[in-house]
Amino acid sequence: MKQLMSGNVAIARGAYEAGVTVGVGYPGTPSTEILENFIKYPGIHAQWSPNEKVALEVGAGASIGGARAIVTMKHVGVNVAADPLFTLAYTGVNGGLILLSADDPGMHSSQNEQDNRYYALAAKIPCLEPADSQEAKDMVAQALEISERFDTPVMLRTTTRVSHSQSMVEIKDRQPVELKPYNKNPQKHVMSPGNAKVRRVQLEQRLAQLKEYSETCGLNFISWGDKQVGVITSGISYQYVQEVLPNASLLKLGFTNPLPEKMIRHFAAQVDKLYVVEELDPFIEMQVKAMGLDVIGKEIIANIGELSAYDVAQAFKKQGVSVAPQYVQSANPLIDEQAPQAPGRPPVLCAGCPHRASFHVLRKLKLTVTGDIGCYTLGSAPPLSAIDTCLCMGASVGMSYGMELANPEFKGKTVAVIGDSTFLHSGVTGLMDVVYNGGSTTLIILDNRITAMTGHQQNPATGKTLMGQPAPEVDIEALVKALGVKRVQVVDPINIGVFEKIIKEEIAAAEPSVIVARRPCALLNKESQQPMTVIKDQCIGCKMCMQIGCPALSFNDKKATIDGIQCNGCGLCSTICKQQAIVKGGQNNA
Amino acid sequence: MLKPIDVMLVGVGGQGTILATKVLARVAQDIGYDIKVSEIKGMAQRGGSVVTQVRLAPQVHSPLIPLGGADVILSFEKLEALRWLDYLKPDGTMIINDQAINPVPVLIGAATYPDNVLDYIKGKVQKTEVVNALDIAVKCGNARTANVVLLAVLAKHLPIDRQSWEQALTAVVPEKFIEVNRAAFNEGYTL
Repeated sequence: MKQLMSGNVAIARGAYEAGVTVGVGYPGTPSTEILENFIKYPGIHAQWSPNEKVALEVGAGASIGGARAIVTMKHVGVNVAADPLFTLAYTGVNGGLILLSADDPGMHSSQNEQDNRYYALAAKIPCLEPADSQEAKDMVAQALEISERFDTPVMLRTTTRVSHSQSMVEIKDRQPVELKPYNKNPQKHVMSPGNAKVRRVQLEQRLAQLKEYSETCGLNFISWGDKQVGVITSGISYQYVQEVLPNASLLKLGFTNPLPEKMIRHFAAQVDKLYVVEELDPFIEMQVKAMGLDVIGKEIIANIGELSAYDVAQAFKKQGVSVAPQYVQSANPLIDEQAPQAPGRPPVLCAGCPHRASFHVLRKLKLTVTGDIGCYTLGSAPPLSAIDTCLCMGASVGMSYGMELANPEFKGKTVAVIGDSTFLHSGVTGLMDVVYNGGSTTLIILDNRITAMTGHQQNPATGKTLMGQPAPEVDIEALVKALGVKRVQVVDPINIGVFEKIIKEEIAAAEPSVIVARRPCALLNKESQQPMTVIKDQCIGCKMCMQIGCPALSFNDKKATIDGIQCNGCGLCSTICKQQAIVKGGQNNA
Repeated sequence: MLKPIDVMLVGVGGQGTILATKVLARVAQDIGYDIKVSEIKGMAQRGGSVVTQVRLAPQVHSPLIPLGGADVILSFEKLEALRWLDYLKPDGTMIINDQAINPVPVLIGAATYPDNVLDYIKGKVQKTEVVNALDIAVKCGNARTANVVLLAVLAKHLPIDRQSWEQALTAVVPEKFIEVNRAAFNEGYTL
């Protein structure tokens, strides 16, 4: 039976069919839906871990315990998991183990654009790259077989366009897999230097075997066409090349680390001109060049952003290579100089979002704010413009402390903000550092009771697991006290007066302090509250309410108006309106 | 032989483009097309621009529609129609919901919402159809069915019979909303 599935849904299905019983991860676009779909199957355990490092460690334990396991994360998550990954490459596995890295070329929802195939190269582990949902599903089983046969973790690397595109997938039944017996073997699993030195040599031997396997495994294959043009390609780029150059000879690489050198040399020798088409970095190209082969790659294909068939077609047309009929004519642009300018439509904090209140106060106090990764990163955009930095998960705490170290004048003028999930991901250690080293950083934990940016995933502070079971909630106040923070206050940020007073107190304090700004995400509360209404006669058109950037508020005919469908009645606009022109009620939301 | 068709659905997060896409994919699958659907979400529910690309053909390779390659653009909002206009074939069909949703830069006065979007598009695209989907949806009893009104207008432009559309709609829409959605589809289809 065939079903339309996204790459992520297909990977979940593939894991189920291949007998995976343990799925672990940390939510991150574009990887999140894998575990959310995996939990729909019977006989499995799936969980969110607090961060990717922990997730991989749990996956490693499950594998050594004999189960097949998949560990999912986005590309930047692998940075967090890199520490166990590199040594896991030494110890190898027992049950098959997949590290799923979902890369985001084009940065649709990421802070950087990194090519994680380099991680496979650096850690000396196999890397598989699917080109559509069917391959995404099939490669799960193939990766697990490779993992078990060669005793190695395997990276399955997707990109946004594979993770989130839907295409047809053939469904099969689950193949039950027996748990592998566990045998105590410290030489293999205890990486003390003496043991690691032995494994280091074995790692190179394994890599040599994998290189041989790469030649014959079927994941890499050649489809011969016109031999004037030969293209080596992988992942989604393969689809673009097939569409643009239907007659060319293609070497399609599904297994991209280690590369099949003999196959590449054989292919190169048969074609007049050799190209590599790959997204992001010249990962294949550099290695092909290192083989001494003459190849064209990044000279014509961009190394920034996502590719498309259109881009590939433009590149080959400039090379004088004939392309598919639909790409011969350049698009006749319908947008010309006379076209009206389309203003951008950046994502914004939702109507009723509790972070809006927090940022309103921070901006009012003119504080320097080190930010972090989550919905609240949107607080950097106008009109709130309340965040100064955003580096990576958990960085806000350390960065605020660093600013204070750089210049004592920042003391009392900076705060760090972080979400509940991000705090538990990697903010805890930063805060521990502040306390230990005698800083006086003020940290505001924007606790909206959920991991919101990726679409409402549970975390250790929400009282629920991924599988829907009740769980003990982390007591954030008790946790930060245990780290040694003595000054801890909890406030609902919508009470902006109280919130402002507390911030002033805490930034003035000569010791570390934590403010938990606690109010659930506006989208968590399904029961619609009565929306706000503008009393037209009282509105003087001062636009004070427009400064909070609420998508439910607009300004027409010199008066504010509120969209009753979007408004969820949080009342922040009413609090900041000096004319008392905004009141609850008077209209219904749908 | 099924004729290849490329459709883009563009709008603003929360307008129901994803459901409309599901129905389109379902009907295409039912009549035997190979399908690829590509959507960018994640930021979508925060009021950002949402675009879905649906490619129907006997065999589809790239999930992305090339510039100037879309047979139809179904736009849930006027500004988004303008934003994605370059993806339309010069002889393609543009279906626009006559609704303006101000982006935040416009709300705060940092940008202006152009007032001549429809005229410009009509001047460029001969086959432009403007629909007041929101009013029709409200008359049907639920403002949120504007997406299905628009889907029905799209349905008229594609070589797929009405019955297949209605079956797909029934299969995708949750049962308790099916009546109001059927009414919305009917209104859109008979426009």
